[in-house]
Amino acid sequence: MGFDIRMPIGMLFMLFGILLIAYGAATQGNAMYAEHSLGVNMNLWWGIALLCFGVVMLALTRMRRKQGPARTTGKQREPERPATRH
Amino acid sequence: MRPEPHLIDYAIILLYFVFVLGIGFVLKKYMKTSTDFFLSGRSIPAWIAGLAFLSANLGAQEVIGMGASGAKYGISTSHFYWIGAVPAMLFVGIFMMPFYYGSRARSVPEYLKLRFDEKTRGFNAISFAVMTVFSSGVSMYAMGKLLQLLLGWNFTAAILISALIVLAYTFLGGLTSAIYNEVLQFFLIVMGFIPLVYLGLRDVGGWDGLKARIANDAMVHSWKYMGHASANPMGVEWFGMLMGLAFVLSFGYWCTDFLVVQRAMAADSMTAARRTPVIAAFPKMAFPFLVILPGMIAGVATSPNLHGAVAQENAVAGSATQSSFFTGGKGIIPPKYDAAGKPVTADGNVVLDYDLATPMMLVRYFPSGLLGLGLCALIASFMSGMAGNTTAFNTVWTYDIYQSYINKTASDQHYLWMGRASTIFGLGISLMAAFVAKEFNNILDVLQLVFAFVNAPLFATFMLGMFWKRSTGHGAFWGLLGGTVAAATHYGLTLPAGAVAGVKGGYLGPILHVYPSEMAQNFWTAIFAWVGCFTLTIVISLLTAPRPEEELKGLVYSLTAKPEESGIEWYQKPATLAMIVLVLLLGLNLVFW
Repeated sequence: MGFDIRMPIGMLFMLFGILLIAYGAATQGNAMYAEHSLGVNMNLWWGIALLCFGVVMLALTRMRRKQGPARTTGKQREPERPATRH
Repeated sequence: MRPEPHLIDYAIILLYFVFVLGIGFVLKKYMKTSTDFFLSGRSIPAWIAGLAFLSANLGAQEVIGMGASGAKYGISTSHFYWIGAVPAMLFVGIFMMPFYYGSRARSVPEYLKLRFDEKTRGFNAISFAVMTVFSSGVSMYAMGKLLQLLLGWNFTAAILISALIVLAYTFLGGLTSAIYNEVLQFFLIVMGFIPLVYLGLRDVGGWDGLKARIANDAMVHSWKYMGHASANPMGVEWFGMLMGLAFVLSFGYWCTDFLVVQRAMAADSMTAARRTPVIAAFPKMAFPFLVILPGMIAGVATSPNLHGAVAQENAVAGSATQSSFFTGGKGIIPPKYDAAGKPVTADGNVVLDYDLATPMMLVRYFPSGLLGLGLCALIASFMSGMAGNTTAFNTVWTYDIYQSYINKTASDQHYLWMGRASTIFGLGISLMAAFVAKEFNNILDVLQLVFAFVNAPLFATFMLGMFWKRSTGHGAFWGLLGGTVAAATHYGLTLPAGAVAGVKGGYLGPILHVYPSEMAQNFWTAIFAWVGCFTLTIVISLLTAPRPEEELKGLVYSLTAKPEESGIEWYQKPATLAMIVLVLLLGLNLVFW
């Protein structure tokens, strides 16, 4: 119903990814990486992972859209069973 | 020792809030009828419903609680997933959804009305409504307490802000908004915790390194030590575990709790509805690695420098005494502190604050930036639980209480309005419950106890209703009542080892049995409740008149046509997917035997 949920998910994770990549690059060599993440610049690396995930989500959205709107709005595909009583 | 979140962390959390609200705003215009609002117009694709099914259940109490259990009991905690969830999820999808979805019931209590009678529906609706709104409050309290303890955030502000955000998006976009946000929250939790497990395992030397540091074989095997209650840290033997957890409690929750069933009812077709819980089972099987491992690692982790404080000596691998970052703690798990700041002790041992295991892992391994993501994942999991409770409440209130007993003949638009109104007052009651829980901790325990009593017999009722056409309304109602009383009675006559009569049990006077642990007592209470309900329902059903069979078509197994499965790919067939899950499940249990 409504819109494809993959779109906001993709967008949010792309933004997270960009934020963390930028912050990671800006704080490269900072002492906090030795203190916390075993010397690895996790902000940078995981930021890249998040960005990739976001891109994949958005790509899936675009693929779905090409296949036609019926798939994203998820209309009932089976005939309704007759309502017995309410 | 408090972490100092930086601007980047707040930015991440703020961005998440913006998106969550945005989704609600965009969905508002699609909420035209009450079916749209309460059931998403039954139009949700299976994969979305499946992830929401999982995520609605995945409140932070699960994320935090499983971490705590992992620290306390080790990998046996996986039983809550591999035994205590997945089989029930498969069962509800394959065998029960045909009745939930096919009967066109708009809620679980409504199914009971269609199958049995009004009083059975009423009992279930009222007890569920009260339970779900108070559970939401307990969840809020847990979140507020955690954020206050960990980050120094104001308790009231934290829960008010998160409650207002949940209110906004469920008010505007109804169930669809809750479902979409639950899918978002699922990915956030996964992406937030994968780096935690990676860093934690890397630090302790992988699974083998973890095993060596824990140096307690019973913590790293899930079945090997289940022969006797005294052999494993949980204090349960395999029979109590299987019957109590795997069967009664697990099926009781996954098969009858409207919070999760509602998401499957919102699916866009019968096959999608049947597939929903099965799809959810796949990630559910993997979750122990995300939520239990951090807890286990926390108990043996060390830290070079936890936020400016001076580090203690590292633990020597394999040594009997674990040193800790906190005096009296274990690994990076702190002890519970009393009001004066001194560690709390019981019987001479320090009481550890296991609920802080996972949060301390976040604080230990995540630099600023990633910390924001981790906190966001925690907050998201709290909010998805709250939203699940809210949407379940407003549906049961509007359809099963308001429409059934108060105002039977109003227009659909009126019920839509009532749905929105009940979202507001439902969250209001939850907030009040959260504040009460803050002042009176014991009330929490009492409440959760009562809910456990009510939940335990439920599955017997549904099982007999769906698979035995002879069961009657009188049987169902008195069976439910009897099962609840049986639970309260069993609990009142038993105690776990080392406990004092009161909230822990034994309040009826004579103690007929002492269980090795609280968990064992809980499992056996559930077994007694289920057996009580089952027998009573059968006996009373046989003594009362059954309904004519035409009325039960589509509601009982023997009177319903098998669901049509033509025209779909093999990987879309619910039964095939369920088989794959079972095989994987067997594999996982064997690997961690």
